[in-house]
Amino acid sequence: MKRMFRYASDQSLFLDLAPDATDLHALFHIPGVVNIHPAYASILLVFDPLRTSHDEVQRAAAAIQPPQSKAPRPLHQIPIHYDGPDLDSLARLHNLSPGRVIELHAAANYTVAFLGFVPGFAYLHGLPAALATPRLPSPRKVVPAGSLGIAGDQTGIYPIATPGGWQLIGHTTIELFNPHNVPMSLLQPGDRVKFIPA
Amino acid sequence: MKIVIDNPGMFTTVQDLGRPGHGIDGVSRSGAADPLALRIANRLLGNNENTPALEMTLLGGTFTFPQGATIALTGGRLPALPMYRPFEILPGQTIRTGTLETGARSYLAVRGGIPAKLVAGSASTHVLSGLGGRPLRKGDVLPIGPSASAPKTNPVPNSLTTYNTTLRVTAGPQSSSFPANTFYHAEYLVSPDSNRMGLRLDGPAILSPNPGQMVTEGVPLGAIQLPPNGQPILLFVDQQTTGGYPKIANVITADIPSIGQLRPGDRVRFQLVSNAEAQRLLRRQQSLIETL
Repeated sequence: MKRMFRYASDQSLFLDLAPDATDLHALFHIPGVVNIHPAYASILLVFDPLRTSHDEVQRAAAAIQPPQSKAPRPLHQIPIHYDGPDLDSLARLHNLSPGRVIELHAAANYTVAFLGFVPGFAYLHGLPAALATPRLPSPRKVVPAGSLGIAGDQTGIYPIATPGGWQLIGHTTIELFNPHNVPMSLLQPGDRVKFIPA
Repeated sequence: MKIVIDNPGMFTTVQDLGRPGHGIDGVSRSGAADPLALRIANRLLGNNENTPALEMTLLGGTFTFPQGATIALTGGRLPALPMYRPFEILPGQTIRTGTLETGARSYLAVRGGIPAKLVAGSASTHVLSGLGGRPLRKGDVLPIGPSASAPKTNPVPNSLTTYNTTLRVTAGPQSSSFPANTFYHAEYLVSPDSNRMGLRLDGPAILSPNPGQMVTEGVPLGAIQLPPNGQPILLFVDQQTTGGYPKIANVITADIPSIGQLRPGDRVRFQLVSNAEAQRLLRRQQSLIETL
């Protein structure tokens, strides 16, 4: 069990499991744990070091099993205007027409791996290999909220305006992040996503 | 009762101790850049430690209190004003905090607190996302809440009002990929391109002899990331929640407040300590806070 864990800081440790191989809700409710940061293959558990310790959190986390019932996760159909500033250059790079890029991107089934980087930014699995594209050589100073981008074999939507280096192929007008909602982000780890050309 | 912002200063926000618990939505904790100074200010006023107050950055502001107030100033030293003790502001009185003489952030807390609107349980301002509002502007008026508790006159221990430029760290999860000796003997300058999200440090490049791709993972507060150019980035309170750069070290919890007092151009060094030592230093700091 020990090797599932890595020291991160004096108030945090990594559990090296994919988020769908454990129970995030149960991890978050370990006594003394104050925050969790799931990613592709790990979950950072942040705790109050005055209330608990690495050993205690580790013991509690090791005992947590993934949920028994595998209820199907919500499917979000997100309308996209495929009109991003990098659509044409990305299509040329792959020797595809912009229309074919849109077809391929909208035909795929995506899964939310985790949220990170900035509030509400969902990293999606499932991008067709033919569309995998490196980040821009130099990031844009501002990417508008709602922009749909590709970086490597990932795709995702910027929920808020931020600097960013993903190649932008479209945008959506739906609200992905609202701090007054519970949860704040429309997309949650494990959710399924389809993009619908608008 | 209220505070009128005649001049907000360079960059003044409302902060409490942040909104932990939303990492799963990609939301960082935020909160005071120097949580120690905020907690002390609130304790001196008989407030709960987590009560929202004003965080001023490098250049303080001008504030008028039409009905008066009891306030406390903590953190970076402000010229000609009493620090680290509660004092009375008379009705209609204006205070000018001026330019910070030391450090990077000062806190103005009021007895009764600033009952700002809570977003996910916190009044903290996360500037990039707009969570919790925006930096203050001239003409803003903030309410002051009621208080039943009396201010305290306990002296604040010196070790709680002094800050380190040698930050103590524990080894980071990818520390073995880097030449640790170079890092721990180096001195870095805090770049002007630093803010509540992170501090860029200029100095000797720390390069990995075997640079490989790392899978993106969560990043703890105070993580020291090394991008390919080898210039460290220290992740701070409004940090991104995940990252793909390796982390050589992590500032210990007891020294997080010192990060909040670093200003552009300051020289900073890192000292490696054990996890046990980090925990001991944090408990000692906590027991001193509890004397207030």
